[in-house]
Amino acid sequence: MTESGLEPVRFFRERFGIDDASLDRTLGSALVGVVDAADLFFEYATRDAVVLEEGIVKSGDRHLTQGVGVRVQAGERQGYAHSDEISTESLRVAASTARAISAGAGSTAAVAVRGAGAPKRALYPVGEAPTDVPIADKVALLQRIDAHARGRDPRVREVLASVVCQHRHVLLAASDGSFVADVQPLVRLNVQVIAEGANGRREAARQGGGGRYELARVLAPAFWQPIVDEAVRVALINLESIPCPAGSMDVVLGPGWPGVLLHEAVGHGLEGDFVRKGTSAFAGRLGQRVAAPGVSVVDDGTLPGRRGSLNVDDEGTPTQRTLLIEDGVLTGYLQDRLNARLMGVAPTGNGRRESYAHLPMPRMTNTFMLAGSDDPEEIVRSVSRGLYAVNFSGGQVDITNGKFVFAASEAYRIEDGRVTAPVKNATLIGNGPDVLTRVSRIGCDLALDRGEGTCGKDGQAVPVGVGLPTLRIDGLTVGGTER
Amino acid sequence: MIGLDLVRLAVAAARQVGADAADAIQIASDSVELRVRADEVEYVKQSRERTLGLRAFVRGAHGLRTALVSSSDLSKVALERLAEDAVALARATAEDPAAGPPGDGFARELPELALLDPADREAPLEARLAAAREAERAARGVDPRIVNSEGSTASSHFDALAFASSEGFEGCYEGAYHTLSCAPVAAEHGAMQTDWWMSASRTLRGLAAPEAVGRRAAERALGQLGARSVPTQQAPVIFEAPAARQVLGNLVGCLSGSAVYRRSSFLAGRVGERIASEGVSVIDDGRLLGGLGSRPFDGEGQATRRTVLIERGRLASFLLDVYSARKLGLRSTGNASRAAASAPGVSPTNLWLEPGRESLDELVQSTERGLLVTGLFGQGFNPVTGDFSRGARGFWIEGGECVHPVEEVTVAGNLEDLLQGVDRIGSDLLRLGSLGAPSFRVACLTVAGA
Repeated sequence: MTESGLEPVRFFRERFGIDDASLDRTLGSALVGVVDAADLFFEYATRDAVVLEEGIVKSGDRHLTQGVGVRVQAGERQGYAHSDEISTESLRVAASTARAISAGAGSTAAVAVRGAGAPKRALYPVGEAPTDVPIADKVALLQRIDAHARGRDPRVREVLASVVCQHRHVLLAASDGSFVADVQPLVRLNVQVIAEGANGRREAARQGGGGRYELARVLAPAFWQPIVDEAVRVALINLESIPCPAGSMDVVLGPGWPGVLLHEAVGHGLEGDFVRKGTSAFAGRLGQRVAAPGVSVVDDGTLPGRRGSLNVDDEGTPTQRTLLIEDGVLTGYLQDRLNARLMGVAPTGNGRRESYAHLPMPRMTNTFMLAGSDDPEEIVRSVSRGLYAVNFSGGQVDITNGKFVFAASEAYRIEDGRVTAPVKNATLIGNGPDVLTRVSRIGCDLALDRGEGTCGKDGQAVPVGVGLPTLRIDGLTVGGTER
Repeated sequence: MIGLDLVRLAVAAARQVGADAADAIQIASDSVELRVRADEVEYVKQSRERTLGLRAFVRGAHGLRTALVSSSDLSKVALERLAEDAVALARATAEDPAAGPPGDGFARELPELALLDPADREAPLEARLAAAREAERAARGVDPRIVNSEGSTASSHFDALAFASSEGFEGCYEGAYHTLSCAPVAAEHGAMQTDWWMSASRTLRGLAAPEAVGRRAAERALGQLGARSVPTQQAPVIFEAPAARQVLGNLVGCLSGSAVYRRSSFLAGRVGERIASEGVSVIDDGRLLGGLGSRPFDGEGQATRRTVLIERGRLASFLLDVYSARKLGLRSTGNASRAAASAPGVSPTNLWLEPGRESLDELVQSTERGLLVTGLFGQGFNPVTGDFSRGARGFWIEGGECVHPVEEVTVAGNLEDLLQGVDRIGSDLLRLGSLGAPSFRVACLTVAGA
């Protein structure tokens, strides 16, 4: 029950005996010294996973993680100590460690945590925690998925399916008095299909989906059947795929998940830490043209139920919709508290961390391009020789030189304005600050992904969302094997 | 050192509530990680974690049912509840004839593998801060074009691991892992390039000098200034040792017994076949003294050992845990990895491509025209087919010399064709983490660029 918002606070109080006085004392002792801010992050998370392969659920997993992280900031310096023991004593030790590693001597500051304790929003209220749903229901879902996939086509040889549920309680208290708790459900379904053709050729395809809502939604056939059908369809198409042409050509990206290109090519370079340190190719370019006219990009952590959404970020700042690029001009960066303070701007609710064992940093939430007005079919027709890429397995960026790379998991040749043969092994490579200037058509069909994205940065993984309308990019390098 | 008490307790608790077999692993880790950037401390982070993982098996008519649970709450009450959860969860899963703990093959003796220097526990934080500062300074000292950095990072992890199985094995060991890395930024004519270098060792003494780490990182970043793409073509490609390790990483996934029994590896069913050129030999050895992937026993208590995976071009063995070995009618190679909060999986211990005799310079000099790849990026690899297409950076070679840095290109082909095409192997074996590789040359790959 997150609606009241008071439940999660009471959860920590009752479970671990953490009260306002001990929080005040800990933050107060953390602040002994020349420091600018201190905060505490408590986490109690349950995660379970059920995996099916070879037609049976071979194992069930259930994991319980709990801990607290104490952070002290002085200028650009951060001291962080964390422990998987949540107690008043471990808090005291962690606070003194964090203080010792971040600053020298100074005076004692008094701290009082206040605030309602409840986030102002309830983007993902759930009646039943997904980790409380009986394991038998999850097993039954996977068996139905297996039967459905195999029933679609005799060439389906292997189905690997999993359902992963997480239920995470967090409580944040900071020396500026902010005090907030949140309960964050997360569910995800993954399906991989391996198909085998008459000639013995084998190809795999993956699909997935999920978000911050009750598992009941995933259990409904209307949710999982399209995902399974899509995995089967793509595996069968890949059986027919031919080697991909290599070289520079015009590329049309399909709607939805191909938004991962925005995430990698542009999003990371707009994160406040890289911008503040001047290591991003986008540093110091606010107000400049970084994309073709008509291109607008936002990061929005406030979309109900989305995988990348949060009521508050992992520093307690409410999430928001941040306009990053407006009509081709760079208008904003993504900030956590530290980088916002050092750059003299407001935090944008993008301070995220994988767990209590990690320091927060500026991260994306749901990042997407706003729709344009072009007809998607007409966009494909406008290309004489190129590539139509509708799904990707992943990407990576070097934010300093801006170079990015993506691997397509479903792509086709475009010849004379028509989508023709499926190609295997296509990779797109380009330069982040340059790629959006090459956008020549923007579709009217903005779609968000199905809720399967996980972003890695500096060793930390967090769930994110992406989105894109059909997009034409001129002259992108395609890595393949054919001339 | 942690004792065996908690893992014994967890196994006994599982048996008590109805498990027919169980094994438990406890990992206690204490670590410190810090970063210095431009002579300023960016962060210092201290961690303490104690997690226990329990695997329970419940017998059915056609095999065992399996569940895996973990918790960082290690009170007796919590462990007893954990055991109940595990058994209840197991009862909801399917019977699997291949499931179950190993009955034999346990490590008989636990050799001393030099996995840590106890004195390093007393090393002061200031010494690690000084090392990171020195790496940072050394990088900036190489050239005025080193204008910025992502920072120099030092870390020390001390882990203790205890394991007990209801099938008659228990053991514990300790290890440490220290790193020092540096990631400077070079700039010229408004364009920036970054690269990194790293040293990792079981002992602080074994780490490279901070000055050497900083200098090497700076030279790599400077070398990329002025990089440009090259036209799309077929050409010989040399993978410098760091990039060769990345290629090896793709191969390792295909050598894993779990990918093989699922037939999601292009190497499935091909033991005995020639899959690489004759110069290629790949070995996994879990008992190298001081090896970063060394351990006396694996995540299922099996003795670690030396396994030849590719012998002079022929596929000789896969990497196997107990489950994948049973599925394939083979014996475990002692390659089960296991963290407290995840199911056992197959992973290498210390795995490397055997080095040859030539230096990297000699490989370049012997190449009339081609690409020297210093780093790969992106995830364009399909283990089912072996097809790959990955982003690359490095240098263009003309007349046996590097003539200009290269970026914004991909190298693509099939991993088997790549292995068959290896025609020269360097002597510069680079070990980092559990993978090691020397530089090597491939006769021909597709380079895609401008």
